[in-house]
Amino acid sequence: MFAVATVGIGIGMTLAMIRALLGPTLYDRVLALNTLGTKTVLLIAVLGFLAGRPEFLDLALVYALINFIGTIAVLKYFEVGDLGKASEIGGGRS
Amino acid sequence: MVWDVLSWLSILGGLFFILVGGIGVLRFPDVYTRLHAAGMTDTMGAGLVLVGLSIQSGLSFQSGEWLITVRLLMIWAFLLFTSPIATHALARAALHGKVEPIRVDVGGGDA
Repeated sequence: MFAVATVGIGIGMTLAMIRALLGPTLYDRVLALNTLGTKTVLLIAVLGFLAGRPEFLDLALVYALINFIGTIAVLKYFEVGDLGKASEIGGGRS
Repeated sequence: MVWDVLSWLSILGGLFFILVGGIGVLRFPDVYTRLHAAGMTDTMGAGLVLVGLSIQSGLSFQSGEWLITVRLLMIWAFLLFTSPIATHALARAALHGKVEPIRVDVGGGDA
């Protein structure tokens, strides 16, 4: 039954990957990769249960953190054009 | 036995939401509408799958399985915090990057 969950999540990942490859704008690709990362977290958790090795859950937690930070970093880079200046992204945009 | 059925129902519901979210991400016409499908995957899909897995792992203190449940709930809480932040940042970046939302005339004439 865990195998069914694995296959279902794999199909969802494939759909998100198709959108990431097709996506007309950059933001479509970032959105698809963010969704793909969430599904990867779920896939790692289910695979940990499937293999009987619940240590995989730590990997899933770390992957969720890295996915979030990566998405925010890419979005900030393409919004501001710079990763260094933290003051520009706050208020005061024209 | 009852808990097994509950956990499988929850996991299957999560899979349903994941598949529907994937189809929505593939078929919606716009970034801003695709955000909706992606958010559904992040909240309901991930939440139901993780709740089903934590029902599977149980809460027994002797064999240390409660730690697995705590980790699953930590992943769930973390996704619950980060998914709206990422969605908001993506929508704002797309709007800042001059991506126009599509506009559909709904019925009536004067808008």
